[in-house]
Amino acid sequence: MGAAPASRDVTSYGMGLAAPLALFFLLFFVAPLLQLLWLSLHNDTAGLQWGLGQYLHFLTDPFSLGVLGSTLLLGAEVTAVCLVLGFPIAWLYQRVGPKLQTIIILIVLLPLLTSVVVRTFAWIVILGRQGIINATLQSLGIIDTPLKLLYTQFGVVIALAQVQMPLMTLPLITALGRIDPNLDDASCSLGAGSWRTFFRIVLPLSLPGIIAGCTLTYAAAITAFITQSLVGGGQMLFMPMYLYQQASTLQNWPFAAAISIIFLLAVLAVVSVFTTLGRMSRGYGGA
Amino acid sequence: MADAPSGRSLVVDAVTHRYPSGALAVENINLDIKGGEIIALLGPSGCGKTTLLRIIAGFIAQTQGRIIIGDDIVDALPPNKRAVGIVFQNYALFPHLSISENVAYGLAARGIDKAARQREVQRLLELVQLPTMAERLPRQLSGGQQQRVALARALAIKPSILLLDEPFAALDKNLRLDMQIEVKRLQRVSGITTLIVTHDQEEALSMADRVAVLSHGKLEQFGSPSDVYDRPQTLFVNTFVGSTNRMPGVVVSADRTAAKVRLDAGAEIIARPAGGALSEGGRVTVCIRPEHLQFVGDETGFAGVVGMSLPLGATVVHEVTTADGSGVKVSQARIGETRALENGAAVRLAPLAPSLANAFPATL
Ligand SMILES: Nc1ncnc2c1ncn2[C@@H]1O[C@H](COP(=O)(O)OP(=O)(O)OP(=O)(O)O)[C@@H](O)[C@H]1O
Ligand SMILES: [Mg+2]
Repeated sequence: MGAAPASRDVTSYGMGLAAPLALFFLLFFVAPLLQLLWLSLHNDTAGLQWGLGQYLHFLTDPFSLGVLGSTLLLGAEVTAVCLVLGFPIAWLYQRVGPKLQTIIILIVLLPLLTSVVVRTFAWIVILGRQGIINATLQSLGIIDTPLKLLYTQFGVVIALAQVQMPLMTLPLITALGRIDPNLDDASCSLGAGSWRTFFRIVLPLSLPGIIAGCTLTYAAAITAFITQSLVGGGQMLFMPMYLYQQASTLQNWPFAAAISIIFLLAVLAVVSVFTTLGRMSRGYGGA
Repeated sequence: MADAPSGRSLVVDAVTHRYPSGALAVENINLDIKGGEIIALLGPSGCGKTTLLRIIAGFIAQTQGRIIIGDDIVDALPPNKRAVGIVFQNYALFPHLSISENVAYGLAARGIDKAARQREVQRLLELVQLPTMAERLPRQLSGGQQQRVALARALAIKPSILLLDEPFAALDKNLRLDMQIEVKRLQRVSGITTLIVTHDQEEALSMADRVAVLSHGKLEQFGSPSDVYDRPQTLFVNTFVGSTNRMPGVVVSADRTAAKVRLDAGAEIIARPAGGALSEGGRVTVCIRPEHLQFVGDETGFAGVVGMSLPLGATVVHEVTTADGSGVKVSQARIGETRALENGAAVRLAPLAPSLANAFPATL
């Protein structure tokens, strides 16, 4: 809000300092993006003939649209799982002593501290036909034939949810920590039970955290190339792998470029839906 | 809604609370509060006022003792079943809800239908003189206005007990006075049993029917404002409530109602044994308030030399150094011609009456 003259000084001062980063972005982000756009506007693989053919092809091809749809759906599912599991963790974090808080933070951060590849292979070990889950269920006599967990949508969602969990939990912890604990008490003393307090007070006030968490989780989940491909196997195709195949295997660079641009726009659309929702809800804007 | 909710009685029965960290915040407190009374809980920071309030509201389960509201022991009831209204020190208004939604919150929780809710909200906002602010958000209100909304919100559920935790601490002096009068007026109209936590002694004395003075988790005294101010039972109460001169001395002779004390400042005076019986020869601290000291012409009082004189509007405060080197403050009303006292003038001082000098056994 109202920028004081002093803070304007600070921003102009900061601009100069930001120059190296700006240059970096210009060179390694904006320039390649423009090149990608330029490439996608060619109808032939050689890149000689201008046109919107690649986009037309993607948007009229049921297979391509299917891949886009299942990728966006995957993101939604992972985000939902992270939200449902992450919220109670964040809520718990704000209500336990400092020792337990440290343990919770450590558990939440652990996925970030291990390599993606190691983490993903661990999931293959857990979810596989002879994996931990199937072995346990079989030895308990609950199932006769192993369940198919690996190379399924379910497996991918679970593995991604674990990886992206910190991106959801950390903003939620921050948001919940900002809520004045007296509000809980006030609500309760006014006769509201825990559910009413949760839905009328805690949930709306943690909305900024929910939106930040969902945006981060969503963006990370749909672009998680390694986990998607390893846990999903060859059986499920999502946008990053599709893109990779077109570019690397089929050498169809203009089409791959068009896929990237469309994917980028789709992600931007979803993210802006999140932020608009947030801005529409009260208690978000202002100071 | 013509019928005013009648306040119920509140009994705090031998309540002790020890926090898990080991801090003994409240120690064996007994309060017997009649329906419709205004009580002030007065004490310095950290003496356990908020803890006691939160125990009564049900946010903390006390380690020992009982809370009885009306005829019911409420210890097993959660806060939302106790019908206790509470105004928090920082108001704790719901920042994302409008003023009318804040006030209506408790009514909605009680399942009251929308039309009745709106009527009641309007009535309450008129009661606290904010009828035009219904659609604003809390952050668009001033501190005093937020305070009124918090009050209206607490009153909406027609509580049998109203608890206010340092409700005026954040307000400037004039606004504080307005709000004190306002709360007292509302309390008179509604007849709700009210407990106000404060560390401001003037607030306690001016607003409350009875004042409970706490220190280090213990109840020092529970009585009317004049009891607490004029007949303090402990040295702590005498020094914490109002200002006082502490003069050390030795008991010459004593019975139940009067004690002759030889002050170190060099005079024998008659004082009231305020904290129980005194033994002859024992050391005592005699407390005399500045306005209860007078200049005397004869040889009765103790001698001193006038230092600084501070004119404070309606009164003048003189600082006098006594024979034993300690300082004493004397406050004189400025009615007509008050005797002008020069710096360095030799004077003699004596208490206005024996009942106005309180003698407490000296603590080492
Ligand atoms: N949650 C807690 N855990 C441990 N000790 C606490 C807790 N809350 C308060 N205390 C301790 O209990 C004592 C009483 O605290 P309380 O908040 O009741 O004081 P208060 O009279 O309300 O003070 P103030 O006027 O500063 O608000 C203090 O010594 C405080 O340190
Ligand atoms: Mg307090």
